[in-house]
Amino acid sequence: MKDNIIIRFEHVTKQYDNDPPVLNDVCFEIERGKFYTLLGPSGCGKTTILRLIAGFIGPSQGNIYFNGKIINHVPANKRQVNTVFQDYALFPHLNVFENVAFGLRIKKLKNAEITEKVKEALRFVNLKGYENREISEMSGGQRQRVAIVRAIVNEPEVLLLDEPLSALDLKLRTEMQYELRELQRRLGITFIFVTHDQEEALAMSDEIFVLNNGKIEQSGTPTDIYDEPINRFVANFIGESNIVSGKMIKDYVVEFAGKTFDCVDKGFNPNETVEIVIRPEDLEITPKDQGKLQVRIDSQLFRGVHYEIICYDQDGNEWLVHSTRKVKVGDEIGLHFDPEAIHVMRLGETEEEFDKRLENY
Amino acid sequence: MRNTSRNFYLIPYVLWIILFVVTPLFLVLYYSFFDIEGHFTLDNYKKFFTTVYLGMTLSSFWYAFLITLFTLIIAYPTAYLLTKTKHKQLWLLLIILPSWINLLLKAYAFLGIFGTYRAANSFLKMIGIGSKQLLFTDFSFIFVSVYIFLPFMILPIFNALNELNPSLVDAAHDLGGSSWTTFRRVIFPLTLDGVKSGCQVVFIPSLSLFMLTRLIAGNRVITLGTAIEQHFLVTQDWGMGSTIAVFLIIAMVIIMIVTGKKVVSKVL
Ligand SMILES: Nc1ncnc2c1ncn2[C@@H]1O[C@H](COP(=O)(O)OP(=O)(O)OP(=O)(O)O)[C@@H](O)[C@H]1O
Ligand SMILES: [Mg+2]
Repeated sequence: MKDNIIIRFEHVTKQYDNDPPVLNDVCFEIERGKFYTLLGPSGCGKTTILRLIAGFIGPSQGNIYFNGKIINHVPANKRQVNTVFQDYALFPHLNVFENVAFGLRIKKLKNAEITEKVKEALRFVNLKGYENREISEMSGGQRQRVAIVRAIVNEPEVLLLDEPLSALDLKLRTEMQYELRELQRRLGITFIFVTHDQEEALAMSDEIFVLNNGKIEQSGTPTDIYDEPINRFVANFIGESNIVSGKMIKDYVVEFAGKTFDCVDKGFNPNETVEIVIRPEDLEITPKDQGKLQVRIDSQLFRGVHYEIICYDQDGNEWLVHSTRKVKVGDEIGLHFDPEAIHVMRLGETEEEFDKRLENY
Repeated sequence: MRNTSRNFYLIPYVLWIILFVVTPLFLVLYYSFFDIEGHFTLDNYKKFFTTVYLGMTLSSFWYAFLITLFTLIIAYPTAYLLTKTKHKQLWLLLIILPSWINLLLKAYAFLGIFGTYRAANSFLKMIGIGSKQLLFTDFSFIFVSVYIFLPFMILPIFNALNELNPSLVDAAHDLGGSSWTTFRRVIFPLTLDGVKSGCQVVFIPSLSLFMLTRLIAGNRVITLGTAIEQHFLVTQDWGMGSTIAVFLIIAMVIIMIVTGKKVVSKVL
C-alpha cells in the first residue's frame, strides 16, 4: 500500500433502515496534499461521504482507512479531520475569537498560545480586528471564512468542505474559489471539497469524483473528465455537450448523423453501437458546403462571452454550438470539427472497464 | 390602516389586562396601607420586616429553590432523551398530559399513596426499609411539588433542545469535543433560555404554593402563599395579606428580570 494515500474507502455502503442504500459499494483513494472535489446532483450522497470521513456516522458495510488504519469506530473527536459545514455551524453564543479558539481550548493549550494562534489564523484570512464580533454581526462571506479558520487552526491532516460557497453571490464566490485554492496550496493539506457546481469543480480541483445515485461514476483530473467523459451522465453533468448515438465501424472510424468520420478512438467491437460526444465549443461554423455536417439554425441566444446556437441536422439530431460569431436564425450552415473533438462512449461501460480498454490499446 | 385595525383587535386584550391585572395590583397596593380596622397605616410594612415574616420569606424561597432545583435535575435529562426518541411529540404529549388534571385531584391522589397504610409504605416495607411517616414531611411536599411542576420545566427545555441546530453538535465533536465538553460548552449554553423559562414557571408559582402546603405538608411548611391565604380567609387582616402580596409581587418581578431573556431585561 502506498504511503501517500491518506484516506481509503473499501466497498463502503451506507444504508438507513430499509431504504435503498445512500452509498453503494463505494471505493476510492485520497492522496495526501491534493485538492479533491466530490461533484454530483443533490441527494447523490456527497454529504454522506464527508460525514463518514468526519466520523459523524459509520458505514453499514465496508471499511474506511485513515493513514492505513481502519477508523470505522473511531469517534469524530478523535480524528485528524476538520469540517467546514454546509451551513457553517458557527456557535452563535460565542464571538469570532472564541469560535476559532474552540478546538484549541479543548486541546488545553495555554491562553497565550491560543491568542497567538487565533490572531495569526484570522490574519491569514484577512479577518484581523474582527476578534470580538458576534457571529450575527458578520456577513455571509466573513462567516464562511470564520468557519474555515475555525477548522484549519487545529492543523488537521484533511479538511472537509461541504458546499462552503453555495450561499455566496457569484462575485464573492469566484473570489473565494481563488482564495480556497490558494489556501490549500499554502497549507499543503488535503482538501475534500463538495459541490454540485461543475464549473467550480473544474476550476479548483486536482482530482474530481463524479457521483450519481450513491455511486462514483468517474474519477480523474478535470481535463480527463471533461475531455473523456465515461458515459452520458458525466458528459451531461460536466459542461454542456452534444450527445448523439452512432456506430463504431472500425478503429478510428465512426458513423453518426448518416455519415462516417475519422476519429481517434479505438478498442471497440466492429459495428458496435456507441454514443458520440462533441463539446459545443469544438463545433465551428462554416459555409454550408465546407462543413462536415449540414444543419439548419433553430435559435440563438446571446450569453455574454459567446452565442449559444441550437441547430438540427437532417436526421433531427440537435446540435448546440458556442460561437463568437452571430448567425441568422433559419439559415443553413455547415459545422466543422477535428477528429480529436469526437469522443466515443461505450454504452453502460463502468470506470474499470473504461480504464482497462484504454490500457489495452 | 394596518396599525389601526391591529389596535382594534387589541381592545379585548387591553380590557382584560386592565380589569384583571392592573386593577387588582393597585387594589393590593391600596389595601396594604390599611390596618384591620380600616385606618391608614404603615405598620404592615414594619411588621413584614420582623423575624416571623422574614423567616417565612426565607423558607418560601428555600423551598421554591429546592423544588426548582430537583425539577430541573429531573427535567433536563428527560427532555434530552425525549428529543432522541422516534415519536418524540407523542412522548411529550404523554408527559404533558398529567398537567391538565386539576391540582387538587393530584394532591388527594398523593394523600392516598403516601398514607401510613398505603401503596408507598407497603413498597418501603417490601424492600426492607420499613414503614415511614411520609405524609406531612418536607420530603413529601417537595416530591409532590416536583411531580406537579415537572411538565412545565420539561416543555421549554424540550423546545430549546429540539430547535438546537444538530450541525452545531457535530461541529463541537468535529473540533475534538467529547460528549461532556459538547454538552457543557455548546448544548447547555444554547438551551439556557429554555432552562431559564422553565425555572421561571416553576420557581414563581412555588413561592406562593398554599394548597399543597396544607394538604401534603400538613401546614408544617409555611410559605408566603400560606400566610396570604391565612390573612385573607382566617384572620381577615386584608392589610397584612396585601403587604405580603406586594413583596411577593416585587420578588416575582425581580426573578423575571434576572432569569428573563436578554430582550426583556433590555426593555426593562
Ligand atoms: N439520517 C438520514 N436518514 C435517512 N436518509 C438520509 C439520512 N441522511 C441522508 N439521507 C439520505 O441520503 C441521501 C444522500 O444525502 P446527502 O446529504 O449525502 O446528499 P448530498 O449529495 O449532500 O445532497 P445535497 O447536494 O442536496 O447536499 C439523500 O437521499 C438523503 O435523503
Ligand atoms: Mg449535502
